[in-house]
Amino acid sequence: MSATEHPTEHLAEHLDTHNWTGALRRRALRELPPDRLLPDSQPAYMSSWIYLFGVLTVAALAVVIGTGCVLALKGPQWWHLSSLGHYVNSMHLWSVELFLAFMVIHLWGKFFMAAWRGKRAMTWMTGVVAFLASIGTAFTGYLAQQNLDSQWISTQAKDGLNSVGIGAYFNVMDFGQMLMWHIVLLPAAIGVLTVWHLVLVRRRGIVPPIGAVPPEDENTSEKEDRP
Amino acid sequence: MLTLPPLPARLLAAPIDLNGPGHYLHWGVIQISVANLVVIGLMLIAFVAAILLPFPRKRGRR
Amino acid sequence: MKRGRTREQTPDSHAFPTRPYDLVKEAVIAVIAVTLLTFGLAAVFSSPDEKPVTVATWSQADPADFTATAVTELGGTSATAQYGPPYNTAADGQKLGPLPLQTWAGVKHPIDTANDFVLQPLRQTPEPAAVTAALARWNAASADQQTKWTGAYSDALGKAPNGDPAKVAAGDYGPVPVLTARLLQLGQSGTLDAQLLAEGHYFQTDYTRALLFLADGSYLQDQARTQHLGGDQWGMMNETGNYPGQAWLWLYTFWYQVQPYKSSTNADALVWGTMALLSALLLLLPFIPGLRDIPRLTRVYKLIWRDWYRDHPTPNPGTART
Ligand code: HEM
Repeated sequence: MSATEHPTEHLAEHLDTHNWTGALRRRALRELPPDRLLPDSQPAYMSSWIYLFGVLTVAALAVVIGTGCVLALKGPQWWHLSSLGHYVNSMHLWSVELFLAFMVIHLWGKFFMAAWRGKRAMTWMTGVVAFLASIGTAFTGYLAQQNLDSQWISTQAKDGLNSVGIGAYFNVMDFGQMLMWHIVLLPAAIGVLTVWHLVLVRRRGIVPPIGAVPPEDENTSEKEDRP
Repeated sequence: MLTLPPLPARLLAAPIDLNGPGHYLHWGVIQISVANLVVIGLMLIAFVAAILLPFPRKRGRR
Repeated sequence: MKRGRTREQTPDSHAFPTRPYDLVKEAVIAVIAVTLLTFGLAAVFSSPDEKPVTVATWSQADPADFTATAVTELGGTSATAQYGPPYNTAADGQKLGPLPLQTWAGVKHPIDTANDFVLQPLRQTPEPAAVTAALARWNAASADQQTKWTGAYSDALGKAPNGDPAKVAAGDYGPVPVLTARLLQLGQSGTLDAQLLAEGHYFQTDYTRALLFLADGSYLQDQARTQHLGGDQWGMMNETGNYPGQAWLWLYTFWYQVQPYKSSTNADALVWGTMALLSALLLLLPFIPGLRDIPRLTRVYKLIWRDWYRDHPTPNPGTART
């Protein structure tokens, strides 16, 4: 800042900084003020057990990642050689079964709620991509097992991937490449997609029931309830 | 084969052993393992239950 | 409320009355519950870990199958030798409709089965005199002559009792029986496992050659089929033993069981094309009239939000936009 500037220019600049950082902060606060990011209340229509399956999916993902990290600490051979390792592997496997089961029930629920309504299409689409990425992650996990399963699955799956040209670049019989996809690239993708998905959910709020009208228009006595 | 595995191995051994010949069901073109069928069945039950079971109504509105 | 094209838009969720709800507490309870459930399932059911097949176990358990496979690798008639891209140019590969995607991707992992699976391993190990002579004779022969030898030996093995190389009828097989007999020794001793993997490097993470050789035999397949892992057994969604597998692959594996996929020479490409299309439909479902109306028409939503509709009678929710 040059010394020749008028003091009030500094003031104006401070109040409404036109730099990237300030713009990003203002945008973030506008799109997702703290009470929307972590609200301590929810719309009255959010009253069904089906809403739990999203958070159960998040919880299962946390357990999948946690157990995967323990396996990573000791390396890919560990679980074949140690009974503790095998137990951690079992946890990893069962948490994956739970993760995908919860996610699919969540998908069924969101489908029957048509939860893409009201500018929520991106929420749905990040969910679908997360679902596909999870299938890919589970698949590469099976390839990274180093047992009969991995041998058979890789030598079978290569035909499908080769038939559409993917196999030339994504070689399912290359254990090193598959392990990297399984523990680095795909989990990172799922992580980003999940955060994005959740931010979108919080920004728009939980989708209203089909055809529901805010009570104001309904002319009930609940007007003061609105934020 | 009679030597006992070390203690941690015994503690961590699964009481229900799912190894051994798999059980499969066939209907025409459909073949499915009992294990997968159980998983899918439980998912459907959870879905239907989540929709049908009454959700506790929290203490009045804010 | 308007019907037809101009359906009611979904209102902003923040315009609705609220009640207290503790998201963080809910998430913490969910993590604890899922962790406990996972501990329990892992403790009760454990997880499967069937030992891998090696060339050593294969060639010891089924030397006849190993020898028959080795002859096809040498003669260029094995599945890998005839595969096409990305391993070689022996075939064009599959097409997705008019698109030769497999060919376009090119030969990215070149494999010459005769050399990589048979001749090179023989040359890399100490050669008995008979093997040195057999290798020299093989190299000196024309491609035509080589094919005749391996073809004749393959046929003879097929006719021998149990495919046993020791019981093959006399014939003109050139140096082939000596070469495959030595390869069997290398296989049974475990040397070949290491050689197929080594590809000239010390550290190794790529099992392409070793796995392709194993998969060309029928031993690996027999092991997998007894575990219901075969492609025509809906094997993709199955796991060894009585463990649940990748049940979410049900639709992908389904196509392989029905026509026209089942008997198509482009089955893999067709199934991949179909699944790509269906995935795109799922992704873009919010924009596809008809599909996006299913939730409105099935009315499951009326059950899900029955509390709301009871307290706030909505004359015609089904006319809203989905
Ligand atoms: C990594 C996997 C996923 C995670 C962790 C996840 C998590 C969540 C959570 C916590 C919510 C809010 C609470 C709820 O309504 O359940 C939510 C909402 C939503 N999810 Fe997912 N989800 C995942 C995958 C999917 C999939 C596969 C779909 C559908 C194809 C999907 C579609 C939606 C939609 C449309 C909403 C908005 C619901 C609304 O506004 O009421 N999600 N998700």
